[in-house]
Amino acid sequence: MNDFLILMKSELVITLILFVLLIIKVGTEMKNDRFLSLVQFLLLANFIAGFFFNEAGSLFGGLFTTNALMTFQKSILSLGVYLISLLFADWLKKSEHMPEFFILMLSALLGMFFMISSGSLLMFFLSLELSTIPVAAMANFDLEKKIASEASMKMILSSAFSSGILLFGISLIYGATGTISFTEMPALLDGSPLQILAFVFLFGAFAFKLSVVPFHLWTADVYEGAPIAVSSFLSVISKGSIAFILLTALYKVFGPMHNVWYNMLMILSIATMVIGNLFALRQQNMKRFLAYSSIAQVGFILVGLSGNSFEGISSVVYFVLIYTFSNLAAFGVAGVISQQTGKERIDDYKGLYQTNPFISWILALALFSLAGIPPTAGFFGKLFLITAGAAKGNYFFITMAALNLIVSLFYYLRVIRAVFMDKNEQPIEKINMHPSTKLGMIICGAGIVFVGLLSWIYDYIVALTV
Amino acid sequence: MMEPGLYHLLFISAALFFIGVFGFFTRRNLITMLMSIELVLNSVNLNFIAFNKYLWPNRLDGLFFSIFVIAIAAAEAAVAIAIIINLYRSHQSIDVENAEEMKF
Repeated sequence: MNDFLILMKSELVITLILFVLLIIKVGTEMKNDRFLSLVQFLLLANFIAGFFFNEAGSLFGGLFTTNALMTFQKSILSLGVYLISLLFADWLKKSEHMPEFFILMLSALLGMFFMISSGSLLMFFLSLELSTIPVAAMANFDLEKKIASEASMKMILSSAFSSGILLFGISLIYGATGTISFTEMPALLDGSPLQILAFVFLFGAFAFKLSVVPFHLWTADVYEGAPIAVSSFLSVISKGSIAFILLTALYKVFGPMHNVWYNMLMILSIATMVIGNLFALRQQNMKRFLAYSSIAQVGFILVGLSGNSFEGISSVVYFVLIYTFSNLAAFGVAGVISQQTGKERIDDYKGLYQTNPFISWILALALFSLAGIPPTAGFFGKLFLITAGAAKGNYFFITMAALNLIVSLFYYLRVIRAVFMDKNEQPIEKINMHPSTKLGMIICGAGIVFVGLLSWIYDYIVALTV
Repeated sequence: MMEPGLYHLLFISAALFFIGVFGFFTRRNLITMLMSIELVLNSVNLNFIAFNKYLWPNRLDGLFFSIFVIAIAAAEAAVAIAIIINLYRSHQSIDVENAEEMKF
């Protein structure tokens, strides 16, 4: 009983918060303002609670496993959700159904927690569905907007289709090995054609959720149509969780089939970086721009994944932490501007620095970090990812990644030039932010600067990986 | 009369899977697309049960998995139909060709 309470504590805390919110929603008439502060407090408490009473072990006959690294991954996701509740306070306060938004978001987060800890394909599939279905409903949160219903339709159909493909792969693996448990499977994998076919199906489904290139078509449309808080959740939290489970799947479960997946990963990664970058160059809408830039970032995550297991895990976890700060800051700025002025085009950002120096600096920091320019944390994240990928000695692959870094510099700097240097007769007027939005931006900015400079953070992740 | 073997069942389930995929890519009506996805999910159920009966009769994982797949398919269909109803309210149509505001 004690085991159960301690090992599943992250999940239990989220469940508890869910019930509290549900009871408040049904039983009381709390105002949006107070409700938002309560949720922010609970999410902060949840993030802090993630650092105490961490033990490793497994439950329910191996269906649920946890260790220090997994709890740290869950803490990163909790931090991201807390930052979302801070950054989009303006939008949330005006929304009629704010409690439902948090209930859906936390159920998706619960699904991600179970997914990270899953010890068998059954558990993995169930939690993957728990983490996608609520997000599809969230994408339609602006019920009266035509574009939102289109985005949400695209999301639910493509995710249902990808889960069909995932299930077909799982059924073939079950047929080939006779087990769905992550611990028994590696010994039974011998690289027979049926297993390779099954792995291709399974990896296709992962690529769908991670929006790796041949499967990325839903991403930009969903990000543009959905409310910006949901887009940021999709691009940071959802992608982070899939990257984490991919670490377990590739290194622990499909480790014996390394030769098979290395080439797949290389081709997909190059295609993702090149196409993500090329499409990002021609975008005019800020949300679509961020969507394609996040596709390109996934390509770099795949570079890290292709390395040896040890450096691969630590560099990917470190990069996702940095990516959480930098991408959420960029989405936060775009969200504030779109909420207050309704402007989403990059051309509208011209001359932003004259009127709003604070958010201009936050946006500049975020984009520098995404581009990987030295003083910011993004540089160290990319450096470790590429070093991890280089461990295999495949220098063609690494050169392609480095060249793509240069291309990405061009379009990130294009936005920064529009903000700081271009003249505009009618720049966006002065924006009054909710204090918690400002707090969220300051946390993101501090994260971007300090996660890179304080070396003990990377050392801590490396210590967890062992 | 001959009892059907593993290969017969696998043939049926693979055919069902690809009929579903083909329907998903060619149909333009959202409800029909949803039905195609159900075909895919049911082909998976058939796969699981066939493998369980013929290859691994002592391990019931496959049987359990198919029960969960049925439940999840129902949940997914419920959310998808709610979204399609909302799409119908805003677009007055459930044809995917009419939902085309965002491209490239």
